[in-house]
Amino acid sequence: MREDNLEMSENVERYLQLDPRSAAISQPPSSSSSAAAFVSPANKSRNCNSPCPDHVLENVLENVLQFLTSKCDRNAVSLVCKSWWRVEAQTRFEVFIGNCYSLSPDRLTHRFKRVRSLVLKGKPRFADFNLMPPNWGAQFAPWVAATAKAYPWLEKVHLKRMFVTDDDLALLAESFPGFKELTLVCCEGFGTSGIAIVANKCRQLKVLDLIESEVTDGEVDWISCFPEGETQLKSLSFDCVDSSINFKALEGLVVRSPFLEKLRTNRFVSLDELHRLMVRAPQLTSLGTGSFSPEDVSQGEQEPDYAAAFRACKSLVCLSGFKEFTPEYLPAISPVCANLTSLNFSYANISPDMLKPIIRNCHNIRVFWALDSICDEGLQAVAATCKELRELRVFPFDPREDSEGPISEVGFQAISEGCRKLESILYFCQRMTNGALTAMSENCPDLTVFRLCIMGRHRPDHVTGKPMDEGFGAIVKNCKKLTRLAVSGLLTDEAFSYIGEYGKLIRTLTVGFAGDSDMALRYVLEGCPKLQKLEIRDSPFGDVGLRSGMHRYYNMRFLWMSSCTLSRGGCRDVAHDLSNVVVEVFGSDDDDDDDFTRDYVETLYMYRSLDGPRKDAPKFVTIL
Amino acid sequence: MINFEATELRLGLPGGNHGGDMAGKSNGKRGFSETVDLKLNLSSTSMDSVTKVDLENMKEKVVKPPAKAQVVGWPPVRSFRKNVMSGQKPTTGEAVEGAADKTSGSSGDTSSASAGAVAYVKVSMDGAPYLRKIDLKLYKTYQDLSDALSKMFSSFTTGNYGPQGMKDFMNESKLIDLLNGSDYVPTYEDKDGDWMLVGDVPWEMFVDSCKRIRIMKGSEAIGLAPRALEKCKNSS
Repeated sequence: MREDNLEMSENVERYLQLDPRSAAISQPPSSSSSAAAFVSPANKSRNCNSPCPDHVLENVLENVLQFLTSKCDRNAVSLVCKSWWRVEAQTRFEVFIGNCYSLSPDRLTHRFKRVRSLVLKGKPRFADFNLMPPNWGAQFAPWVAATAKAYPWLEKVHLKRMFVTDDDLALLAESFPGFKELTLVCCEGFGTSGIAIVANKCRQLKVLDLIESEVTDGEVDWISCFPEGETQLKSLSFDCVDSSINFKALEGLVVRSPFLEKLRTNRFVSLDELHRLMVRAPQLTSLGTGSFSPEDVSQGEQEPDYAAAFRACKSLVCLSGFKEFTPEYLPAISPVCANLTSLNFSYANISPDMLKPIIRNCHNIRVFWALDSICDEGLQAVAATCKELRELRVFPFDPREDSEGPISEVGFQAISEGCRKLESILYFCQRMTNGALTAMSENCPDLTVFRLCIMGRHRPDHVTGKPMDEGFGAIVKNCKKLTRLAVSGLLTDEAFSYIGEYGKLIRTLTVGFAGDSDMALRYVLEGCPKLQKLEIRDSPFGDVGLRSGMHRYYNMRFLWMSSCTLSRGGCRDVAHDLSNVVVEVFGSDDDDDDDFTRDYVETLYMYRSLDGPRKDAPKFVTIL
Repeated sequence: MINFEATELRLGLPGGNHGGDMAGKSNGKRGFSETVDLKLNLSSTSMDSVTKVDLENMKEKVVKPPAKAQVVGWPPVRSFRKNVMSGQKPTTGEAVEGAADKTSGSSGDTSSASAGAVAYVKVSMDGAPYLRKIDLKLYKTYQDLSDALSKMFSSFTTGNYGPQGMKDFMNESKLIDLLNGSDYVPTYEDKDGDWMLVGDVPWEMFVDSCKRIRIMKGSEAIGLAPRALEKCKNSS
């Protein structure tokens, strides 16, 4: 979890607009001459008396500001005066844009002239759960086009939930000769052809990380497209690429990549193939093991010594994969367990008996992801050993609402008692109690991220039958560092009054099937001053609740409300009263609205924007 | 904000803690869960119509409770993750029966489901400030569907919908009564874009041809009556 970096993301766009002194500059210059004047140091600041010291001051400032890396600090600096704003803009090399529709690419390229690294986020998170029709937007195309012209020296692009095409990747590969890092998280729209172009043309490539993205199989042997000779590759992650790869080419690539530290293979790499890679790259620090099953179980032949290969990887601290694992081979990882800081078993149906011998040695684990197949017993084993645990994620093997759910408050409470340094938890279960939540709130005061998903909707405390209000209340009250919260289970407005009262640092709040009335929404919007991202589904909040947040929406990144009780008229009023906020309304399909449901708003997605409503909205989206 | 205080009486059988409704809370504003299994959702007016037969039916359901109506995108697990796990078999075989059945509609990802595995349709009710999506494939009969719909919109109908379900539409006189009254009538739009009364055609045909469902006031459905009446006449 890299929430720290994005913490207090006083976004680029917010500071552009809020400071009246910079208001004149916030409009992109309309002609090139004014643009030149805009950037030139000869454009004397209106707030200094003599020209000369100002010029010197700017040079000094420029040198000093180069050391300032935090977005937070830089945004503050840019507000001091026009001169500082200008210099900061010239020295900002990394730009973070939390919502690609909050500003236009032109605005970016006009303000910042020397960008080397771009982080861009597109669709809101609920799009991951099929709550948004396809082709909604968040295309990378206009961004790559604009940056290709403005920043030929661009080195790093990190995209999340964006729609990226092979053409976009081709343009990227052609436009940036010094390109070093490409990270695509939860993206879609591209395939192996686009990857091949990047592999081939970006000769300085250090990082190619494809994470949880949908990559279409263009039937291109993209691994072979990496150029001959030594590469600069430090990190190569393709575990989400669900097509077979040319193993020989991969092996050759690994051999000629002496700087390779992170390698995450996909399920088409068998255990024996993995072995060969490990033998050639014992310097790896992070390994995604692919299938973790041998290709063919040949009887007579000598099987490779997998444990020895692991033993040889003395720097290995992060292990993931195990996508089609064969349990007998799991103990092979034992030699590295003591060194592991991160272990991801969340694609492997591991039982408690399989887990216990492994986890017993993982004293240094800080990040552990698993399936609930490990049961409460497995969680107890984790709690007994992993005293350094900071982040736990337990996913459901059977992700259905009425599944049995092998874990419960028992494992949860065990974790809270054993892993006192816990900072982040994501837990899917079917049974939970207020007592366990309260225990965790008291045992783990460092929690910053608390996400509990009781999969059966509206489930109360399964022992007392009461709503889960008190438990979540304890969490927000006792975990004073909490910045991200996702609630579930049977919750009344009371829970939300607690959130509003105590959740003073909460930036992201996720609500589903909870609350009784608009009061719940009001508690949150009036009580949580740091709230940036509010995502709500299937809760009885309507226009009145919506209006209670009018004072906040410009200071938030976005609000998502789907399957609530909003009316079109109510949303239109909000749109009318907030001119800098874009209010989008759409359904869950891409068919047109029916007449009789015209007043009903299925999904509301609203966000602040400096450049008004987007021009690429598809037909099914109405911008009010 | 429409405020309905339906008195919901539930008969829960021992050991059943399915769903969150056992808290006894009035959730008149929040009838979102569509439990079809152990609970009878009855408003006070139609309480008398609970018969022994109904109780027997419920007991049968204990043995094999039908799955809850699946909601799109819930639980919030990315399809990416679901797709990876759906290929795996349970090791201990304990509680994960049905996990191998990846086409149960749980993913809500219609592109990954095989053809015909899910049939999501939007359900709206005249005057209700919300609409729901349900998967028709999860129901076996019109009765199942009727139960689910009445539960879904229970807070709104306060019993006008009636527990008898849609079978009554096959009874001509009952149909006429219902159409003339203020009771709600479920209608659907079929593949051809025609609006029909639910219950008109055999269940399988209905599931295949239904595109969306609209529960409208009986009096408004008069125009659709002739077809239904035709059907009744032909079947009796």
